[in-house]
Amino acid sequence: MELAFAVVIGALTASGVYLMLRARTFPVVVGLTMLSYGVNLFLFSSGRLATGGQPIIGSAETYSDPLPQALVLTAIVIGFAMTAFVVVLSLRSLADNDNDDHVNGRVPEQDSTPQDQEQEGANT
Amino acid sequence: MNHWLTAPILIPLIGGILQAFMGYAPIALRRTLAIATTVLMLVAAIVLLVLADDGSYRLYAFGNWQPPFGIVLVLDRLAALMLVMTAVLALFCHIYAIGGTDESSRQFHGLFLFQLLGLNIAFLTGDLFNLFVAFEVLLIASYGLLMHGEGTSRTVPGLHYVVLNLAGSAVFLIAVGMIYSVTGTLNMADLAIKIPQVAEENLPLVKAGGMMLLVVFGLKAAILPLCFWLPGAYSNATAPVAALFAVMTKVGIYAIIRVFTLIFGNQAGELASLGMDWLFPLALITLTMGVIGALGAASLRKLVAWQVIISVGTLLAAISFGTVAGTSAALFYLLNTTWVVGGLFLVADLVDGQRGSAQDKIVTAPRIANRTFLSVLFLMGAVASVGLPPLSGFFAKLLILKSAVTESDVAWLWSVLLIGSFFTLIAYSRAGSIVFWRNVEGHIEEPQKLTPSLSISASALISLSIVIVILAGPISRYAEDTAAQLHDTSAYTDILSKPMVGEEK
Repeated sequence: MELAFAVVIGALTASGVYLMLRARTFPVVVGLTMLSYGVNLFLFSSGRLATGGQPIIGSAETYSDPLPQALVLTAIVIGFAMTAFVVVLSLRSLADNDNDDHVNGRVPEQDSTPQDQEQEGANT
Repeated sequence: MNHWLTAPILIPLIGGILQAFMGYAPIALRRTLAIATTVLMLVAAIVLLVLADDGSYRLYAFGNWQPPFGIVLVLDRLAALMLVMTAVLALFCHIYAIGGTDESSRQFHGLFLFQLLGLNIAFLTGDLFNLFVAFEVLLIASYGLLMHGEGTSRTVPGLHYVVLNLAGSAVFLIAVGMIYSVTGTLNMADLAIKIPQVAEENLPLVKAGGMMLLVVFGLKAAILPLCFWLPGAYSNATAPVAALFAVMTKVGIYAIIRVFTLIFGNQAGELASLGMDWLFPLALITLTMGVIGALGAASLRKLVAWQVIISVGTLLAAISFGTVAGTSAALFYLLNTTWVVGGLFLVADLVDGQRGSAQDKIVTAPRIANRTFLSVLFLMGAVASVGLPPLSGFFAKLLILKSAVTESDVAWLWSVLLIGSFFTLIAYSRAGSIVFWRNVEGHIEEPQKLTPSLSISASALISLSIVIVILAGPISRYAEDTAAQLHDTSAYTDILSKPMVGEEK
């Protein structure tokens, strides 16, 4: 179980980080979501993995630590609110930048004409 | 148990909730209530400062759970100092906001108060996970505040800020999980006891967790590899928001002071002074980077935003010594730089309003309206932040220079800080002389009117640097006591054995 759990956390985190380094806001938002899934699972595992354990001492053979579960619950709620906010923000960014969802607002052009550069200078 | 400890949290919470429901109430009513809330918060903070000055720790345990099992608020000198610093800055920013910034959004006051709520929780909490929650509260309010205002210029810097901070929160949670998995506690006092007892095979895990905490706090504080989001975000925010954000980087610095003196301090056995050998060179490079940025700044706002980074570098250099002298010098400088930088953001905005289409860009333009008043304010702000006598920045930097002990520290700190200050001086003189003196023909159409609330709040924040000089004796005495209290961690861990309500006999 530990191995499967670790692989899942690793895969989620790795793909989350990879997506966050993309240049478009949509992959970045998906990346943030996957990263927060990975982190939540990791936080959950900090109370040790056990099956059949109950978070109340004496009610079962083994007990499991209730605190990480409480922490994960808080982290999920906060992460969810933040994801909702970042979705709205990236939609706003899309609308503000003429339907360009590049994280910098516009695609940096390699061979821009002098006129474009002037415009860029005026914007910064 | 002391119920006063909840006042700095409950006051902005209740005020903020009221504001959230009052979006359509007359603006005069909203403003009166909002300012009343901030004033009440300042009063509560001052009461706590007086309480904390006797040097003992005060505890508020939620639900009367004996720590380390419940969440606790802990008041000591450092927490009280941060509360007062924030409340004073917030009051003047709020007065400035009433001058017109708050009109473009119905929820401005609510967000502003929730931001203060998050800041106050962060300063008072005695629990690592609760610190995470406080960070999230103040961040989500700051996202809203940063976006506040008209126009589309804030969207892209805002997006960068939000994504970066979300990534930071993920790292924070991983660090918390690592530390919890080994020690089984997140209460700071309990951690301070448990960390030295960690078994040999678990040390790398705790060490990694501690270093990741340093990364997160470094992101909030804007240490060098993590500071490039700051100038864009701060210089695009509206003036009172940018001025209030002057305290946001200081939350990161507060967290570094708290966690890395209490939990990973000198008594932490194998993990003593974790990360501090990294912090000193990073702080000096941050300082240098800030100076380079200030020299290249194209507008007054950008200049002040880079000043924030300069002050972060200066503060962390002093903190990284891990001595009482270093910490107390840093705390003295902290007061000075937070208030003055906040004031400079407001002054930059006032200048913007007086220059028409030239805005706050450092370019020649027609003579600005109200030149004498604004140039004097800018001069005072510049003198205080560069650290020239007679204003407070000079004394603060002197204390920091004196806190270096070993020869290599002295050589590095003195050379970087002094040369850095010199180039900062050049940056400010260049900006000031171009903006205020080098005029071209023409006149400004309809300069913004300097209403009392705008000019009083900006000048009050800047003149706090004179107040700091006048009160230098008591303030430095307080800073020294605070540093001494911080470095004597055994008293902090005593809060674990304090009796709860009902057990006091």
